[in-house]
Amino acid sequence: MWNDARVVLAKDLAVEWRSHVALRQVLPFVFTVVLLFAFGLDRVLVNDPLVSGDTVPVAYVAPGVFWLAVLFSAVMLVQRSISSELDDGAWDQLRLWGLDPAGVFVGKAAAVALQLLAIEVLLGGVVCVAFGVSVPSSPGAWLLIVTVMVLATIALSAVASCYAALSAGIRVRETLLPVLLLPITVPLLLASVQAWQGALTAETAAGWAWVRVDAVFAVVYVAVGVLAYGALMEE
Amino acid sequence: MSPSTNQPPQAEGRRSRLVRDRQTISWLLGASAFVLLALVSVLAITTPAPDYVQGEASRLIYVHPATAWVSYAAFATNVVCALLWLWPRTRKIGWDHAAGAAAHIGVFFVSMTFVLGAIWGRGTWGTFFRLRDARMASTLVLLLMYLGVVTLRQLPSSPTSRARRTALGSLLAFVNVPIVHFSVLWWDTLHQGPTLAKPEKPSIDGMPLATMLLSFVAFTVLFSWLMIHRTRIERWNDALLGDDLDTAITARQAEGRVARSGIPA
Repeated sequence: MWNDARVVLAKDLAVEWRSHVALRQVLPFVFTVVLLFAFGLDRVLVNDPLVSGDTVPVAYVAPGVFWLAVLFSAVMLVQRSISSELDDGAWDQLRLWGLDPAGVFVGKAAAVALQLLAIEVLLGGVVCVAFGVSVPSSPGAWLLIVTVMVLATIALSAVASCYAALSAGIRVRETLLPVLLLPITVPLLLASVQAWQGALTAETAAGWAWVRVDAVFAVVYVAVGVLAYGALMEE
Repeated sequence: MSPSTNQPPQAEGRRSRLVRDRQTISWLLGASAFVLLALVSVLAITTPAPDYVQGEASRLIYVHPATAWVSYAAFATNVVCALLWLWPRTRKIGWDHAAGAAAHIGVFFVSMTFVLGAIWGRGTWGTFFRLRDARMASTLVLLLMYLGVVTLRQLPSSPTSRARRTALGSLLAFVNVPIVHFSVLWWDTLHQGPTLAKPEKPSIDGMPLATMLLSFVAFTVLFSWLMIHRTRIERWNDALLGDDLDTAITARQAEGRVARSGIPA
């Protein structure tokens, strides 16, 4: 399985290296999403000294905007990941190679996860600048931020890869995939946002409690993907 | 061609007996559901309101928890049928029909639970909807997830492809149900705790308790009856898919013959 996963991972990363879709399309899109949120929410944030009245600390808003942008980028990345397989019968060739479906799943999900992690690192900087977030100084807060980032990315890549394969043979997959995928990610979004809010407001203990949801989600969907990807590939 | 045309008389007899038995069971379930629901309606109106503080709105306890129970039962039925289809030894198209039926019924009842809950919430908390409530949020997410499963099922495809998609979509959605439930429970809730399922004495007793329990029985019987008929519709839809073109061509040719003979169609 691991050898097959490595082959598929290398192939998907090579496709991205040559096409630069994540770099030239997904990244500008999520940056724009974050900036649009910043424009749309300017009157409710407290980082502007000219604004008074009912305001919300940016530490509560910024994690929500960040993880929503990550969800949108995950949808785009898996759509790209599966559409490249559907051209010229590549998906059928992948099946004919006799690769272990679990290996194909792990490879494709890992490729999406690595691209997503790279986007998240850059996106984090944009969110801090756009929303004026004070970066935490304690190592505990940073450990929480990084743990959530890794777990949520694994979970999101796994579930998104499963749904991308499920919608692979469908003509309307571009519109169907977000409809199927986004409701499933609600617990992941909730847990990641709450955990990051804990990290940014120095309530790390409360934040760590939410890491369990990210971890369970990641374990469940990696397991489902490993077990069911053979049937999903038949689609 | 009818499936029974070339069958021996014994098989034909067994088949017609089976159809008759199914019709009898369906009729009995339908009649029982009607009588039980009528009884629940009368009792729900005539017994005193179960909660003094909530007043008349608390009568929704005779409908709202039962519809929620049916939606959970439908989604559980859906995933069991999906797994039975996925397992090669038990794979039969009938499991797919039942899985599709359960998904449709589940979506209907979870929508009903949501609407009834909103009406109750308006009467009790002064708001139709509050996202930051564990059960409202989880019900909404459940509805959205299974709307996806139903959408997936309705896309044009061969019965086998549709069955695989439904089964896998159901499985992917169902494993998320406990995660959604516990994550939003930790988040926040306005809801009251369990009324019946708790270690100490239930919060209601006497006639209100009996009426509430009867509502669970009535809605479960209704669910069984709906399952039989919705599964039948799924089977008919497949039969129609197979015969659709032939039927349409025959009908069109008949119209043509009528037109040529000068008789108005």
